[in-house]
Amino acid sequence: MTSNGAVIRTDRPQVRRFRFLRRPKDFALRCLLYVAVMIGAVAFAIPFYWMVRTAVMPGREVYSWPPVWIPSEIQLQHFAAPFRAWPFERWFLNSGIVATLTVLGVVTSASIVGYGFACLRFRGRDQLFLIVLASMILPQQVVLVPTYLLFVRLGWNNTFLPLIVPVWLGPPFFIFLLRQFFMTIPREMLEAAYIDGCSPLGTYFRIALPLSLPALGVCAIFAFTFAWNDFLYPLIYLTRIDLYTVAIGLRLLQGMLGRNIQALMAAATLGALPTILLFFIAQRYFVQGIVITGVKG
Amino acid sequence: MSHQRREALYGLICISPWIIGFLVFTLGPIIASLLISLFRTDFLSTWDFVGGRNYSLMASDLLARKALGNTAYYAFAVVPLNTVIALGIAVLLNQGIKGQGFWRTIYYLPSVVSIVAVSMLWRWLYHPDIGLLNSILAVFGIQGPRWIYSEQWAMPSIIMMAAWGAGGAMLIFLAGLRGIPTELYEAAEIDGAGSIRKFFAVTIPMLTPTIFFNVVMSIIGSWQVFAQSFIMTEGGPNNATLTLVLYLYRKGFQQFYFGYAASLAWLLFGVVLIFVLIALRSATAWVHYERV
Repeated sequence: MTSNGAVIRTDRPQVRRFRFLRRPKDFALRCLLYVAVMIGAVAFAIPFYWMVRTAVMPGREVYSWPPVWIPSEIQLQHFAAPFRAWPFERWFLNSGIVATLTVLGVVTSASIVGYGFACLRFRGRDQLFLIVLASMILPQQVVLVPTYLLFVRLGWNNTFLPLIVPVWLGPPFFIFLLRQFFMTIPREMLEAAYIDGCSPLGTYFRIALPLSLPALGVCAIFAFTFAWNDFLYPLIYLTRIDLYTVAIGLRLLQGMLGRNIQALMAAATLGALPTILLFFIAQRYFVQGIVITGVKG
Repeated sequence: MSHQRREALYGLICISPWIIGFLVFTLGPIIASLLISLFRTDFLSTWDFVGGRNYSLMASDLLARKALGNTAYYAFAVVPLNTVIALGIAVLLNQGIKGQGFWRTIYYLPSVVSIVAVSMLWRWLYHPDIGLLNSILAVFGIQGPRWIYSEQWAMPSIIMMAAWGAGGAMLIFLAGLRGIPTELYEAAEIDGAGSIRKFFAVTIPMLTPTIFFNVVMSIIGSWQVFAQSFIMTEGGPNNATLTLVLYLYRKGFQQFYFGYAASLAWLLFGVVLIFVLIALRSATAWVHYERV
């Protein structure tokens, strides 16, 4: 029953693995598989549905028991509540500024540093790269207190600089990701450029950088998501409400609008939307990026 | 200048941003953090040298102990739970089911949402009287607990919420599963292995490097749990969800005992290091690095 299958070749290896399912008695197993995947997916999706449902349903239905699953009508007025009381749109702008500058910093600095670690040979390179890896393990809380002292002394509290400047100076995770990518460029390709008279930097701009655009896209998406969702750093460095990012703004709203669960859920939906949209637009890159970090890590 | 020396020079120029960043934002602060932990300081008026007092204080500080215990509870639950859930979903999705991309998206989506929005949402789902969870339980005639408002259930609530974010690890497992050569399954089949046997004799051993990677990342991440309890419970009820980083934040950034906060950070680092080292040392026994 097994040996005859080994000759069948299809282009979908994962299907081939389970060809035993083609037998009638295993049709039931196949159904069971789909049921399991579907139940899991429903469990993962329901919280999102509940969030949006709570935000748009008429107020009287929110607190009814048993709960109303499908709102009798859709109302959008609760999405305006966070904007009425607080500079919610300003927080979006702030998060957007921080996230954009983070993305630019990651793409510029991690890319050139990753190129240096992957494509150029110099003494001590591999030892230094080990330090990059080790610093990924270090919990950021260890450096939290001293960097706070540093930034406060520099007068950088209540500016975006503490959130942005470190990113422009080679963030280890992204160096690692891009170095792994640059390692896949054949050495012969770079040497050909040297022979044609390119300097190592010229080789970076003419060969390595254009080749790495997809990997840079991955980094950009990750960096945007990390920056948008960051909580601890903005919480510590930003105390003026007009400088808040969405993440810490949501927390302020929770304290203030605590009773109005509909406005809170509307605000949470809006705050979650940018990264969700980004994921949908750039899904392919997202998945690819995780392949780079995960498998080779 | 020879080609090699030129290359070395450019190499150093290229990595110089990282060198500066590492010195200013990592190595410098590590040393400074060690020094600060020897002081009693609010960074303004007081800078009293107290030697190891912060550390001996920590040993007798009941709240620090509680925070350590709570964080251990969280980490010991979340690391295996999320690994098993992520692996389970990945294996299911890897059976050649139709619309894999669609299912993958659903399972992964919670991982891209900000932890603040997630915590706000789950706080609402956990509402003891009209929350989603207890209303589902009520359908089955079960009177649900008071979740985040109960000392006993608050930490399990935060742990369950963490399982919702298992999608990131799931994607890494999916990538790892794709990397297993089909020849191995064919060979196992020729040897007469059934699907369960194939799972334990081929899939799991070939996946151990990925499992190892995920476990290490999960150890590092889970010990740093903060925003969840900060937003959902503020460490309560009765400090049942007070975590190490939340306690560090309170001591340092709310009560301005920065020296004590720095020594708490070193406690956290020590614990993370111990568990990462245990994982690394144990790796030789169970991680299968054979490449086919």
